[in-house]
Amino acid sequence: MQDIEVEHQESTDHANTLGVDMRKFLMWVFLGSDCLFFGAFIATYLLYRNSSIVGPYPHEILDIPVTSASTFILLTSSLAMVLSLAAFQRGNTSAARFWLFATAFLGSTFLGFQVFEFYHFAHEGLTPKTNLFGATFFTLTGFHGAHVALGVIWLFSLLGVSYTRGIPPEKSMNVELAGLYWHFVDIVWVVIFTVIYLLSSLPPSS
Amino acid sequence: MATHSTAIKGVTERATYTGLMGWITTVDHKRIGILYGCTAMFFFLVGGLEATVVRMQLYSPGMDLVSPGMYNSLFTMHALTMIFLAIMPLGAAFFNFIIPLQIGARDVAFPRLNAFSYWVFLFGALILNGGWLFNTLPNVGWFAYAPLTATEYSGAGTDFFICGLQVLGVSSLAAACNFIVTILNMRAPGMTLMRMPVFTWMTLIISLLLVFAFPVLTVGLIELMFMRFYEMPFFNSNQGGDPILWQHLFWIFGHPEVYILILPAMGIISDIIPTFARKPLFGYGFVVGSGVAIAFLSFAVWAHHMFTTGLSALAVSVFSGATMLIAIPTGVKVLNWMATLWGGSLDLRTPMLWSIGFIATFVVGGLSGVMHASPPVDTQQQDTYFIVAHIHYVLFGGSIMGIFAGIYYWFPKVTGRMMNETLGKWHFWLSFIGMNVTFGPMHIVGILGMPRRIYTYPSGMGWDFLNQIETIGVFIIIAGMLFFLQNAFRSWKNGEIAGDDPWDGRTLEWTIPSPPPEYNFATIPVVHSREPLWDSKHPELGDHLPSVTGASDDVDTESIHMPNASYWPAITAIGVGLGAALLMVNPILSISGVIISIVGVYAWSFEPAAPEGH
Repeated sequence: MQDIEVEHQESTDHANTLGVDMRKFLMWVFLGSDCLFFGAFIATYLLYRNSSIVGPYPHEILDIPVTSASTFILLTSSLAMVLSLAAFQRGNTSAARFWLFATAFLGSTFLGFQVFEFYHFAHEGLTPKTNLFGATFFTLTGFHGAHVALGVIWLFSLLGVSYTRGIPPEKSMNVELAGLYWHFVDIVWVVIFTVIYLLSSLPPSS
Repeated sequence: MATHSTAIKGVTERATYTGLMGWITTVDHKRIGILYGCTAMFFFLVGGLEATVVRMQLYSPGMDLVSPGMYNSLFTMHALTMIFLAIMPLGAAFFNFIIPLQIGARDVAFPRLNAFSYWVFLFGALILNGGWLFNTLPNVGWFAYAPLTATEYSGAGTDFFICGLQVLGVSSLAAACNFIVTILNMRAPGMTLMRMPVFTWMTLIISLLLVFAFPVLTVGLIELMFMRFYEMPFFNSNQGGDPILWQHLFWIFGHPEVYILILPAMGIISDIIPTFARKPLFGYGFVVGSGVAIAFLSFAVWAHHMFTTGLSALAVSVFSGATMLIAIPTGVKVLNWMATLWGGSLDLRTPMLWSIGFIATFVVGGLSGVMHASPPVDTQQQDTYFIVAHIHYVLFGGSIMGIFAGIYYWFPKVTGRMMNETLGKWHFWLSFIGMNVTFGPMHIVGILGMPRRIYTYPSGMGWDFLNQIETIGVFIIIAGMLFFLQNAFRSWKNGEIAGDDPWDGRTLEWTIPSPPPEYNFATIPVVHSREPLWDSKHPELGDHLPSVTGASDDVDTESIHMPNASYWPAITAIGVGLGAALLMVNPILSISGVIISIVGVYAWSFEPAAPEGH
């Protein structure tokens, strides 16, 4: 840990010892905590991977090609988020709004895939009550979906703010915070996709 | 001039309230600290009362003061109350009041989030105690092992446990994030990490532990809730689930939690001992480094709570070794406190007595803790009164002693008045003696085989006499508490006026008036050493530059930028509490709580945090 010394300051405003924006720092700390939140769900999933005593089992029901498509959509939304923030920072409001909308739209599409998947699984006889796979699958992906849904609401709120109050470059931190959160939720999905979907193609270990 | 600034266009008046509304809308870290302290002290008395009934029931064999079911509820509620509603929030009270003063800041990084943490804590505490109204208290022990928590074996009390702890988790997480940012980012100029007071260091470490440990409990509680409410098979072995998973999730949280409870006390006495020994803390770097080492190791020792569950031999060996390792940094701290006392000119006033009492009793609890690190010994002691003796030596003899040391030490800063020394010494000696009389014999009855969590026992086991002594000890502790309560109430209004620096202090909180003005420091101090106040009082002792302190009169305090009062944190917290409480009735109803929270968050985001235009 290193320290940046701040010289004697006459201003009565708060010190900013590390030179990091307070809210950005808070978001990083929160995301650190959220890692453990998802970590515990992922650990539960992995522990119970081969423990279900009745089907449907993962390899019977998971559709890797369809989920690959939704994964691609979610990851693309991260690119849109980056472009939106960059445009806000440059003061290019119309481009910023377009990419912000694109991010929220792609996120909503991902959620649409998830709703479809849940509905399809329930139809196939897999509910959270069915077996351990159902319980762990729906809670892990469900809480991830809730994070995405919260992010989509946040992004649409920012879009609304940019039309009513405006988000000038000096206030682009408001967008950057949502961006940090959004990228984190995307990265968590990469882990979930690997652990749930890609690992399901392996034969169950004894 | 500044008072007429409202006339200028674009400048808004600062939002303030008075009276009860002033407390509800406050974002001042000092008032929030007082709210935390008073609430936690109330629950400390409640938890103490619960323990008193437990001890009276065990006074002699075959007592029937309470029913077995009520007894289960009482020991469960005693533990939950003391851990989550007394010791943790008493720590939070100190963090809130003292940390900004020690780092030379005007407030915490997020004042409204801080208010939110308090209100969520209050509603969590009410939910956890909600079972009193419906006569279904949690009765599964504070660690609520599966499968005892399944709907077949436990009633709605477990739901109060789940929803109460979830809400308290939100509070702890928000507060911990806030304090990490505050401590790392709001230090006065010149206060490098290795110049921070040890209490500030320990608060930083505790906050990091909370941030990383609490989400794991949150996940465990979610899984437990889904198992109970929606029949998901998480810990249900009939469907292949593993009840031991609950124990892992619980203790991955639970063991760091133990350090969350003890580190505030260690930080407090690390500040008190140098003040009353009139010597700098011996081996500051080692005390801080040991705190960091304890934090790291605390995540690698959880399974020593589970040696009897049939873990593999390798796992048992690794966790046993890690547990023994954690005794090293703890021992380093104890030796550093002793070395600070050595050769100091000791001033045995009440805060110092509590600190020395802490060292004495904590070492006893620490040593019995190392014994549990050895799996064969632990297997012998598991679920006996020996464990009860151990945890009370570290939690009462450690955490509570340190917290009372802190109360006597900082009471003058909080209220502007001194506590009475004579009453304080009565309180200390009665507590110290009462504590040892109560918990000391538990070591022996534990080794004699008396199991914990039994509502009564037969005579002729050799336990009768020792149990009677233990119960008498409780009343000695209660007598001490009566001295404390009288002292606190009397001194709050009529104590001797304290002045800025009653103890000849060493750190920044003693450079400002007692009680501190709302803005704390009229000018932000510049720090040139680890003990800025001491060094500026004693320029002959070193070549440090004197610190600039905040007591200057020529500063226009009207112009200091302070945040607006706000009722949205409290309203958002009501939403969180209502949502969690209604979850027990019907998930559909709890949407109303969610809606209140969402409205609160939006209003909070769009209201100005501070008056505009200054």
